[in-house]
Amino acid sequence: MRVLAISGSLRRGSYNTKLLRAAVALAPEGLEIQLAHGLDEIPAYNDDRRDRPPEAVVGLREQIAAADGVLVATPEYNSSIPGHLKNAFDWLSRPLASSPLRFKPAAVTGASTGLFGAIWSQAETRKVLAAIGARVVETELAVPNADELLAGEELADPDLRDGLEALVRELVELIEERERAGRTTAGAEEG
Amino acid sequence: MSTQTEERLAGVWQFDPVHSAATFTVKYLVAPFRSEFGEFTAELVDGQLKGSAPVSSLKVKNEDFAAHLAGPDFFDSERFPEVSFESRSIAADGDAVTVDGLLTLKGVTKEVRATGSVSGPAEDFMGNTRVGLSLSTTVDRNEFGVSWNAPLPKGGNALADEVKLEVALEFIAAE
Repeated sequence: MRVLAISGSLRRGSYNTKLLRAAVALAPEGLEIQLAHGLDEIPAYNDDRRDRPPEAVVGLREQIAAADGVLVATPEYNSSIPGHLKNAFDWLSRPLASSPLRFKPAAVTGASTGLFGAIWSQAETRKVLAAIGARVVETELAVPNADELLAGEELADPDLRDGLEALVRELVELIEERERAGRTTAGAEEG
Repeated sequence: MSTQTEERLAGVWQFDPVHSAATFTVKYLVAPFRSEFGEFTAELVDGQLKGSAPVSSLKVKNEDFAAHLAGPDFFDSERFPEVSFESRSIAADGDAVTVDGLLTLKGVTKEVRATGSVSGPAEDFMGNTRVGLSLSTTVDRNEFGVSWNAPLPKGGNALADEVKLEVALEFIAAE
């Protein structure tokens, strides 16, 4: 089983990328979590190019299509979803019927150095994923005070570790449900 | 139920999909929005009516909109590919009919009552005997888990809760 981890932050020292690396380390046997790449190369969405998207968009589509599920960790910019992340989702949503996110299980978390843990950005990310047709885990995992909670290389906070494990477990359950029904399409574009 | 109408619907009838339609209508913002199931099937056997339609066959005029309707926000065609109906009883008074039955939508089955009319049997120009049924019912889509909405800037929601389901069915007497 493969999950693609998408960080909504491009910063080298990103707490959200660090959170996803922690998820990679905590992944149970049989689950491989890979970090997505190429988000920083995606240009602004242009509907003129919806049927012939840029190479970086094709690359992200392929990474998602090859995964059974998606785990997003997003920061919060100005009380909302980071522009480049929303922009990537906009590319991925057209044409909607062939979006690799369609019916794809997805979970969202988010880290911020403030007290709220990117909860508004997470809510909007779930809303956007649902609009594209992903099957979104309702659970929210807010990681506030990220500069303290994600200071070390490993997750020291037991509550955060439990929360991250539980979120990934919910995502895996959705993937397994889809697999049992014979609907998994990892490795192929979805119709 | 009048014996006369019961007799009109008795026996085995073949469905004529070309001359039949299944539609739903729901108010969106200010006007009723209507869509039709491009494919559906029905059967009428000894006074029992059954029908089903693949939700992926909904006809709308924009492909992205069609994909949104088929997604988890609305019909969730991956988990629940069909909408179906099965009658429990058909009561009639002259040409007026009341059909009680079970509607299954998005995996939820509920009792509904549809009303409408029956016409025929009548002989067509090929010598076939035909009977027609026109039925409608109104359901609250939230009861079937179809709960998507969008709040409007000055209050209220974009999409109404009540959805009118209508079928116009034509059957040919089996030989």
